[in-house]
Amino acid sequence: MAKTAKNILSRYALLLVLLFTMMVFQILLPDGVSLFSPHNLNNLIVQNSYVLILATGMMLCIVAGGHIDLAVGSIVILVGAFAGILIVNMGINPYIAILMCLGIGLLLGAWQGFWIAYVGIPSFIVTLAGMLTFRGIALILMGARNIGPFPVEYRNLFNSFLPAHWLNAPDNDTVFVSTLIVGIVLSVVILIVKFISYFQRKRKGYDVDHIVTEMMYPIIICAAIIFLFHQLGRHNGMPAVLLLIGIIFMIYSYFTQNTIWGRHLYAMGGNDKAARLSGINTKRILFFAYANNGLLASVAALVVVARFNQASTQAGMGFELDAIAACFIGGASAYGGTGKISGVVIGAIFMGVLNMGMSLLGADMNLQRVINGLVLLAAVTFDIVSKKRKGSVA
Amino acid sequence: MDAPLLCMENITKQFPGVKALDDVNLTVYPGTIHALVGENGAGKSTLMNILSGTYSHGSYDGRILFNGEECRFHRIKDSEKKGIVIIHQELALNPYMSIGENMFLGNECGNAFRIDWNETYKRARGFLDIVGLSESPHTLVQDIGVGKQQLVEIVKALAKNVKLLILDEPTASLNEDDSQNLLKLLLKFKNEGMTCILISHKLKEVEQVADKITIIRDGAVIETMTKNEDEIDEYRIARGMVGRELSDYYPKREKREPGEICLETKNWTVYHPLYRHLKINDNVNFNIRRGEVVGIGGLMGAGRTELAMSIFGKSYGTEISGELWINGKHVNLKSVKDAIDHKLAYVTEDRKALGLVLSNEIRPNITLANTKRVTSRGFHLDRDMERNVATDFSKRFGVRSTGIEQLVGNLSGGNQQKVLLAKWMFAEPDILILDEPTRGIDVGAKYEIYTLVNDLIAQGKSVLMISSEMPELLGVCDRIYVMNEGRMVGELTREEATQEKIMMMILQSSTRD
Repeated sequence: MAKTAKNILSRYALLLVLLFTMMVFQILLPDGVSLFSPHNLNNLIVQNSYVLILATGMMLCIVAGGHIDLAVGSIVILVGAFAGILIVNMGINPYIAILMCLGIGLLLGAWQGFWIAYVGIPSFIVTLAGMLTFRGIALILMGARNIGPFPVEYRNLFNSFLPAHWLNAPDNDTVFVSTLIVGIVLSVVILIVKFISYFQRKRKGYDVDHIVTEMMYPIIICAAIIFLFHQLGRHNGMPAVLLLIGIIFMIYSYFTQNTIWGRHLYAMGGNDKAARLSGINTKRILFFAYANNGLLASVAALVVVARFNQASTQAGMGFELDAIAACFIGGASAYGGTGKISGVVIGAIFMGVLNMGMSLLGADMNLQRVINGLVLLAAVTFDIVSKKRKGSVA
Repeated sequence: MDAPLLCMENITKQFPGVKALDDVNLTVYPGTIHALVGENGAGKSTLMNILSGTYSHGSYDGRILFNGEECRFHRIKDSEKKGIVIIHQELALNPYMSIGENMFLGNECGNAFRIDWNETYKRARGFLDIVGLSESPHTLVQDIGVGKQQLVEIVKALAKNVKLLILDEPTASLNEDDSQNLLKLLLKFKNEGMTCILISHKLKEVEQVADKITIIRDGAVIETMTKNEDEIDEYRIARGMVGRELSDYYPKREKREPGEICLETKNWTVYHPLYRHLKINDNVNFNIRRGEVVGIGGLMGAGRTELAMSIFGKSYGTEISGELWINGKHVNLKSVKDAIDHKLAYVTEDRKALGLVLSNEIRPNITLANTKRVTSRGFHLDRDMERNVATDFSKRFGVRSTGIEQLVGNLSGGNQQKVLLAKWMFAEPDILILDEPTRGIDVGAKYEIYTLVNDLIAQGKSVLMISSEMPELLGVCDRIYVMNEGRMVGELTREEATQEKIMMMILQSSTRD
């Protein structure tokens, strides 16, 4: 049993730290103010959605070999500028404009991927150049003025609430019950899938951990989901952007863990030469990682312009650093080869909780920066130190 | 007999879950060469890391007496102050610095604010003369060969006023000539009163130079033999190391008539990827028949690895010209994937840098070269299937581990080599190129690998084996090509081949200095 406990500790260290931090804030906050209040939970999701989307793309670059992309913040402003020009100034149908914006993001990512993967320029240099160039182009296009407001049709795609929106202006109780039902159905599906796969593996004689260790994580997650939906129901329902994040999370989790390309991504991050000598086209994978990063950055841009209802000249400032920090706090190795999408989610939530908690406590913005910096350093230190300890058995 | 220079008493070292050393005693007398032999993972390196202070005092039990006084080393600097210097198997030189700079790295002449470069290079010159290196101390380390780099490491130790020199596999990456030079140098130092501890897998060398031989197995000392007192022979040492009788170094293989030619090159020429005027392979012609083990002998730097890699989907070199024929068809392998699709596999000589993903588990390493085999619909990884085949392969190849989820980086050299072989067998090749398949691994694992080669041949596959160990070539191959300076300079059948003949072919064909 002691072994089981230790197993749980090492496997879910990150999650436990997150829970611990939430507790601490909960204790420190004055009565009547709570991180978990419907309003704050909703804000936590809406305010950090872009970090999560950017960090997911960033993670693939980091896993592929410790590469980072400093240009995502600038891609956000540039794609945002295009969105503003296409939708607001030219009045193009939002759906067509969205597709065009995604295409532009993909192109910007591919541009960077080309220099990094095929010409062999260090990613730091290429993306630093991208950071300057893209922001410059964006400001030229915008004439250094914000573009807005966006039509309601467009904003509703990202800012509306589900199922409130579907049910067409219902009373509060309907919103609460229907949101809760969505959460419960989701949790039940997750648990059933996990249970079936656990017993299938056991029956086929594969190595499985104790059922407590195996089911611990899904149960915690489902409890969190039900609680979250319960609270969101008391607000306006599930924000549409949560659905978007959920879909992105599922796609990229599947991609990294269950496809050949995902496997090759980890292999080349661990040992690029060995991967190449195993017949893996590492250049193409690196190119793909950057192109994909551009695509996800453009998704983030669409979310950001909808949220602020304008393409702002200040958009995307410092986003790249938030995304990179979320990846490293979420357990990605700075040298590549390790890191999971689920880790990114926890990393992004962690940063969101930290910022929101400190804001609620009335901490100074600059103090928040200091704390964020120290947390990032601590997370990477923890990763490297624990790896050293493991590696001592040689 | 003199008082011992070094006594390590009752050394016990515990790692999480493993007892690496169990009550080990080692006594070394001044002016002797003391050899330490044992399988990979037997505990030799751990013992030497304790002696040098890499594992600090307090992390192990027992005590160390040097010159009769008890030592408590907390870091490498502490042991170096006493004159104990260790030279690791992987050379620790900075390629972008000169020989002189490397020699006094961390031990600079002058003071912290001013390095005395004149003194540095003057002293460097003196030390280089001692070991017979004619290179200028201003030469960059990247511009000299591995053999000379090894000498620079030794000179670096001399500059630290060494009393006890520990060499970990000093000849592992050296060719025959350089190895002999190094051993002669050690004997010369010994006559001048220096003491050496020599860790080696090459039993011939140990027999040649060692005064005492200590055998370590599974973290314990099996026996210590003294030259001229005990009867020392390779078989006794090998038996002590693996704890079982080795009936034959090379397992017998049933004699078979070789089949059709399955791989052939015609006028294969390859240039260096950076120094484009440098011809690395020059009009190479050779062939392999089905069911045959063909060896390529030669010295380090003869261009054998480059030949193999340039064939294997142009993984090396530029301006590759010449023809490659596989199963009677003229092919152009543009990428490694092409090569794998043509049922070719190249098992690299450098398993850590080029072969394995050390930060990954055994499981993904085994399936890496043919991940498609464990997928459905061409892209979806079937993790259960992968687990099954990985377990199966790691059992079949005798990988000793805690399970397929163990990180490859934590395995011993021999076991890593087995994982590497398993990985390439999983790719289902017909023609296997093995590049130095037994380098740096112990006798037991070597035997297992030779057995594996025989199994492959029995299945009708073909093997091209590149090896710098001539006895290995003679023991395993049906036919041996000899390569020198990028050219094929001879071909011998198993019956006519001897070490002397191979060496003569190399010497007679040498044109460069």
